[in-house]
Amino acid sequence: MKKNLFLIFLIYSILKPSIGFSLVEIDITRGNLDPMPISVSPFFTNNESNNKIKNILDIENLGSEISKVIENNLVKTGLFDAIEKEAFLQKPDIAHLKPRFEDWALIKSQVLITGKVTHKIINEKDYINVEFKLWDVLGAKMVDGFSLTTTPRSWRRVGHKISDKVYERLTGESGYFDTRIIYVSEEGPKTQRVKKLALMDQDGFNTKYITLGNELVLTPRFNPADDKIITYMSYFRNMPRVYIVNLQTGEQKVVGDFRGMTFAPRFSPDGKKLIMSLAKDGNSEIWVRDLETNIQEKLTDHPSIDTSPSYSPDGKFITFNSDRSGYQQIYVMKSDGSNVKRISFGKGIYGTPVWSPRGDLIAFTKLHKGKFFIGVMRTDGTGERLLTENFYQEAPSWSPNGRIIIFYRETKSDNEGQGFSAKLWSIDLTGYNERLVKTETDASDPSWSSLLGN
Amino acid sequence: MNLNKILKNAFLVVMFGLIVTACATKKSVTTDSTTSTTTKAAETQKADPIEKLDALMQGDVYIGSDTVGELASGVPDRVFFATNEIILTTASRETLRKQAAWLRQNSDVTVVVEGHADERGTREYNLALGERRANAAKDYLMTYGVSSDRIKVLSYGKERPVDSGSNPLSWSKNRRSVTVKAN
Repeated sequence: MKKNLFLIFLIYSILKPSIGFSLVEIDITRGNLDPMPISVSPFFTNNESNNKIKNILDIENLGSEISKVIENNLVKTGLFDAIEKEAFLQKPDIAHLKPRFEDWALIKSQVLITGKVTHKIINEKDYINVEFKLWDVLGAKMVDGFSLTTTPRSWRRVGHKISDKVYERLTGESGYFDTRIIYVSEEGPKTQRVKKLALMDQDGFNTKYITLGNELVLTPRFNPADDKIITYMSYFRNMPRVYIVNLQTGEQKVVGDFRGMTFAPRFSPDGKKLIMSLAKDGNSEIWVRDLETNIQEKLTDHPSIDTSPSYSPDGKFITFNSDRSGYQQIYVMKSDGSNVKRISFGKGIYGTPVWSPRGDLIAFTKLHKGKFFIGVMRTDGTGERLLTENFYQEAPSWSPNGRIIIFYRETKSDNEGQGFSAKLWSIDLTGYNERLVKTETDASDPSWSSLLGN
Repeated sequence: MNLNKILKNAFLVVMFGLIVTACATKKSVTTDSTTSTTTKAAETQKADPIEKLDALMQGDVYIGSDTVGELASGVPDRVFFATNEIILTTASRETLRKQAAWLRQNSDVTVVVEGHADERGTREYNLALGERRANAAKDYLMTYGVSSDRIKVLSYGKERPVDSGSNPLSWSKNRRSVTVKAN
């Protein structure tokens, strides 16, 4: 892996909008089947800049590519409908300078995004400067914008940062586009699946494989406080254990010195602790390990299976699943292991509880009458809402803004084992906008990063 | 503000329409899926449905010989479990007693008991379940005189099925613990 993979050099300058508040707004708390028409003009690049960038990146027209990244991100939210670029009446450079709003209104666009890409040399190194502006067509005003300088190969991240800005400005929610997904890539027959850790941008680009497939790897999860750190479980040397990996340095270490299988790891919200299950003599309990003091502590004490722990965003509580009632159900306890309370009481079996980054909901997997559901409930177990039903699906993970859940789904195989697949899917908290998340190979166990740091 | 209001109203109308259609489609989906599950289950039983499955499963514990290997000559290597269960059946106990007898006679042999689950459970829970199943077998071997330091357990959860089908018979073959020679 390249050393500088995660380094991005950013210089922001905010372009002052002509008016403080936007007239255009979208309410995303409802299922939305009436997306807002939006025009993303190709970003303008002059010939000189374009030639230089072409030499560096081997991309014919970077400005146009950046606009595609933005358009793709926004359309996938289900909140926006992109107007075909062939319908645009104004050239990118002039539109970016001062749009003729009547022209954009004529093609029914409510929002316009324009931009400009310029090649720069700073300290003898190549950079690109990307300027973007967000226009309210009906209000005939610029409502937001910024300019950003970065290394050329970080150009997709520029597109994601612009998408985040647009999303934030129009919905009032924080964005989730400048993020990554870590997951398990799967290949080969069901009985001998080869699994590798894989990392990709949220939109499926820039896939990198972190392990080679020599050993079985499962359940990678991002550290919510540091997107360069992940935890996962590996069968290295046939000893199933939890590991922590620094993606930037490649450094990897086993967590703790447990005599028995450790699994189901997750970081605390501040990244300073790790919770996981330890299976010993057939019994699985939940443990916490302080990563600074290396002190580890058992949190549950019950002869049943206690696993899949997940912290509340304030770190004060842990939700987990246990079959102490006879079947898998969801429980919540204080993070010191006290006050254990069962919260799931619906019909069926409940597993993989994951606390929303907003704190108010817990996502889960439910098995009922031979079908698997991804759902959410409030943290006291009330208000259960099932978002999607299928033959097999599990492992929900929240987008950092808590609006979208990513999970994996497996298809049924016939008696010869044909027809099996494992894919990542995402769905809005509203229960709408279910989408296949494209991956190079079959995929499972997704984990969504926080918004990336620099 | 005006536009915002218009949008919100539009959402309300759309939402209402959605709820109505969602309810309508939901019903048909549920009925559809229940029927397809039953037909699928019937399909796996094929031509002579009841007899065939009866010969291979008792309750939902696999009792056939497909996939069963040998730890040693005449000593089966695996035992099977009911869904979500770790209880050893009469047949399982008999198999494990044979394994224990052979291990007592071959005191230099060490083994790994691998615990497995079917694909119808969450990954993490299944890791714990596989561990439990392997330990149930280990404990029984110990009761019959095999010392614990000769038996390691390793749970694979649902990661290593022997039968890749998605039907009750395939799943029953995958809910197993397998005793494997380690040296």
